Amino acid sequence: MSNIVSYDERVKNFSWKIAEDELDYKPGQPINIGWYCSDRICQMGKGDKYALLWENAMGVEKKYTYNDLRLTSNTIGHFLRSVGIEAEDRVCIFLERIPELYLSFVGILKIGAIAQPLFSAFGEESLFIRLENAGTKAIITQRKHLGKVRKIVDKLPNLKHIIVVDHDGKKELMDNEVVFSLETATPVEDLKIHPTVAESPSVLHYTSGTTGQPKGVKHVHYSLISQYLTTKWVLDLQDDDIYWCTADPGWVTGTSYGIIGPFSMGVTQCVLEAGFSAEAWYKFIEKYKISMWYSAPTAIRSLMKAGEEIIKKFNLSSLRHLASVGEPLNSEAVIWSERVLGMPFYDTYWQTETGSMILCNYPGMKVKPGSMGKPFPGITAAILDIKTFEPVAQGVVGLIGLKPDWPALMRTYWANEETFKKKFENGWYLPGDRARIDSDGYYWFVGRDDDVINTGGHLVSPFEVESALLEHEAVAESAVVSKPDEINMEVVKAFVTLKPGFEANDDTELLIMNFIRKKLSPLAMPQEIEFIEKLPKTRSGKIMRRILHAQEWGEEIGDTSTLEDD
Amino acid sequence: MEEMKDIVLQYVIDEYLEDPDEEITYETPLISGGIVDSFSMVSLKRFLENKYKISIPDEDASPEAFDSVNKIVSLVNRFLNK
Repeated sequence: MSNIVSYDERVKNFSWKIAEDELDYKPGQPINIGWYCSDRICQMGKGDKYALLWENAMGVEKKYTYNDLRLTSNTIGHFLRSVGIEAEDRVCIFLERIPELYLSFVGILKIGAIAQPLFSAFGEESLFIRLENAGTKAIITQRKHLGKVRKIVDKLPNLKHIIVVDHDGKKELMDNEVVFSLETATPVEDLKIHPTVAESPSVLHYTSGTTGQPKGVKHVHYSLISQYLTTKWVLDLQDDDIYWCTADPGWVTGTSYGIIGPFSMGVTQCVLEAGFSAEAWYKFIEKYKISMWYSAPTAIRSLMKAGEEIIKKFNLSSLRHLASVGEPLNSEAVIWSERVLGMPFYDTYWQTETGSMILCNYPGMKVKPGSMGKPFPGITAAILDIKTFEPVAQGVVGLIGLKPDWPALMRTYWANEETFKKKFENGWYLPGDRARIDSDGYYWFVGRDDDVINTGGHLVSPFEVESALLEHEAVAESAVVSKPDEINMEVVKAFVTLKPGFEANDDTELLIMNFIRKKLSPLAMPQEIEFIEKLPKTRSGKIMRRILHAQEWGEEIGDTSTLEDD
Repeated sequence: MEEMKDIVLQYVIDEYLEDPDEEITYETPLISGGIVDSFSMVSLKRFLENKYKISIPDEDASPEAFDSVNKIVSLVNRFLNK
């Protein structure tokens, strides 16, 4: 039987107290996610159970029990305290998906510091913007990424400690750089857990918006309540499950459901630190007997593209439940998985700001392929008129609105309260997406309500890419929009006008692409650059991105009365 | 052939290798090894197309076909010989 048993019954009798009781949490008492993810599981008698089964592309394996997780996170927490990290200091984790990433996250939370995980493929500019905004005091990284940190450290006066977890002694370290190795550190049996309370800050994730720089989404320790219960009811994790969340903890799925959810439930999870390959993924499922798999539409579509013959080479019979997140899961992917894997992927909808799942498909509830599902019990959702922010009739497209009263909702944008306030209208939190509700109460995604590009489940700000493009010597002006993509749903496309003396050719395009890839990230790199003589602008000089967007998507261009004359 | 191998290898080292001390060979897994991700693969494909004046269709530009320098060279040769 599934954990949720009956969606309708849960909705009728819901209270977040269900999760509080299961976690033995009483309002007003300390609550520390790090402790819940490790020490508590050991106290429940599961210290010898595997918490993390890790493997990399070269086939190297590492295994950690819950007692190992408790000890290693203690050791990291103790080390951080010894260099002067205090409660609420921001500690960035800038690591590939190596064990230290997962163990550090838990250790940082245990000492009451704020974990700031960042995607390790970020270039130095992306890294700098996020560290500067957060006033980050320490960064945990590895040799491979040290070069990027060194390029920006002089501009970051708050960054006091650069902690290298895999130093091999070959290169001399610089000022503020310090070695920490789990293999040589003395394990710390007892660590004083910082008595964080419900509203103590826990995690700072960065997300992109249409305008302005990336925003630091501040979460608190009380978010555990909804992360735990959604993991239990939506992902349906059971005690004997072997769980695989394919998300990188540089993004929110990788922490809410790649660390906090499974560890707080005492479940065994696996991590494959390798790039995508259909064969490697199927082999991993077979080898570790994965039973619950939480992935993303981009990965599912890539598996579909790899064909069905390859699947026959592997025994995937351990799989019992599949779920997806990151972007709308197209109906073809749901139908494909039902046919090929014998079960559908259950789509889930949420975002960095919501901290936990919001609209979901649940075990036992009929899946309508292509639908986002229904609100999680305890979440009040509606579709709102785009001008009045009042609920609209069933079937009418409008903005998704959520009553801001669930535990994991962000508490603010770091040092940006003004933008945070703009996310609320008429008593509703607005995630920025448009949808409609059908006659059975299922939500259907229609589109974003802004220009943010969702590529492979990751948000990219056109503003950030345009700003970076202008730093290239050849670029005079630019406009960045999305274009359709079979695998990633949409990808970044740039329209560029060149400065005199530069030639619009394939080599210039490649130079600019690589410039953005290294400066921002591979996600932000335009997959195509179109050189044009002049960008469409209003008479007041504002670039009309929507004309370029419409052109890419084959849509009506709409009103062009404000377009400047030639 | 050897020259193409070395050109591709050097391009990967210059453009995608973050750790300058990391050593890679013609057989090092690039995509599954996490050296080149699926987004960056587009720029690698573009480099090959520009350098060798070929066009690689998207259906042939799979992660498997780009997973090592040797595999990339085989792919490029397929289109050079067309």
